[in-house]
Amino acid sequence: MDPSAYIILSAILFTIGAIGVLLRRNAIVVFMSVEMMLNAANLAFVTFARMHGNLEGQVIAFFVMIVAAAEVVVGLAIIMTIFRTRRSVSIDDPSLMRN
Amino acid sequence: MSMSVIVAAASEGSTGEQFTFWTCAILSVIGALGLVLSRKTVHSALFTALTMLNLAVLYIANDAPFLGLVQVIVYTGAVMMLFLFVLMLVGVDSSDSLIETLKGQRLIAVLLLAGFAVLLILTLGTALTGTQSVGLVAANEEFGGNVQGLAHLMFTTYLLPLEVVAALLITAALGALVLAHRDRWTPKLDQEALSRLRMERYAETGAHPGPLPNPGVLATSNAIGTPALLPDGSPSELSVPPPLRGESRSRLAAETTEIDADVTEVREIAEGKETMRPKALRDVDGHTDLAEVYPEEKGD
Repeated sequence: MDPSAYIILSAILFTIGAIGVLLRRNAIVVFMSVEMMLNAANLAFVTFARMHGNLEGQVIAFFVMIVAAAEVVVGLAIIMTIFRTRRSVSIDDPSLMRN
Repeated sequence: MSMSVIVAAASEGSTGEQFTFWTCAILSVIGALGLVLSRKTVHSALFTALTMLNLAVLYIANDAPFLGLVQVIVYTGAVMMLFLFVLMLVGVDSSDSLIETLKGQRLIAVLLLAGFAVLLILTLGTALTGTQSVGLVAANEEFGGNVQGLAHLMFTTYLLPLEVVAALLITAALGALVLAHRDRWTPKLDQEALSRLRMERYAETGAHPGPLPNPGVLATSNAIGTPALLPDGSPSELSVPPPLRGESRSRLAAETTEIDADVTEVREIAEGKETMRPKALRDVDGHTDLAEVYPEEKGD
């Protein structure tokens, strides 16, 4: 099948993820949107691997998954810590640096 | 549908792959939109899981069965559950405020990203339409399969990145432990401190320091709501579990009168005023009369 279909799907998912990052205020939803963007990039990698008949794209996608897992662990721990001190997960609240 | 069927359908480039692609593409876009548009965070998480599952099927359709399974195990299995776990800790009902802190931010963001999407789709679409996939059949055959081929790459060309990523994972695990750790502000109460506390409370308020008494085990009932009897025959409220105690005081009272009746009956038997024989037997014709058994009472 034409690889462009997969790539366009990947572009759409990436854009929706970016919209989520920009529009939502809840830190956890923002985080899930970042995951969505990473997944869209992974889909592009896998499609390119098949397009070129080369497994390296899949290896890169695998590394992306591992790094995403590590990122989720640390990011959620940070969200927990912020929630503990401020009782909120809104990313607008920690604006201590303002002014 | 088993995985080999999907892979076979995909490698043919047949209508089977078309069907798989369109089903999963539509479902994953629905999931992505649901993630952005849901008001409740739990719904967002579940929509994300939907997208990730459909992407796993698309990976498998793209000759990447290993990545498809890793996607299911790592993303839907571990990462999304971690998200839900943190959601439960943070509080499920934490929803977004609708007030814009930056004026016009939403409009600008949507316009910018619409432009971005059009640009991306047009350039990639024109660049890629008409290209034919080489396919991974040859690459997978080389070492006997997809997993073997990936393993060969990972442990030869990409050995150093693999080691670095391993170090990254350990660092991330340690970092999460350190970040989520909280020092104790008060000393932990041991057995001695607890018993001291209990006795102090007893001295101040007279609260019962020992374990609570069991519910009553009586001839009429041994249900959990039955109060135990104190030595003077009065029911002990402490022996009834608090939920039953508070909720149905009337039932407790009713049972208490019942128990009182039992107690008087038992007492009468002990004092010899009544026989232990069931009433039904006593009334049977030809049965030995009570007067013959207790002649001395007859004489009164």
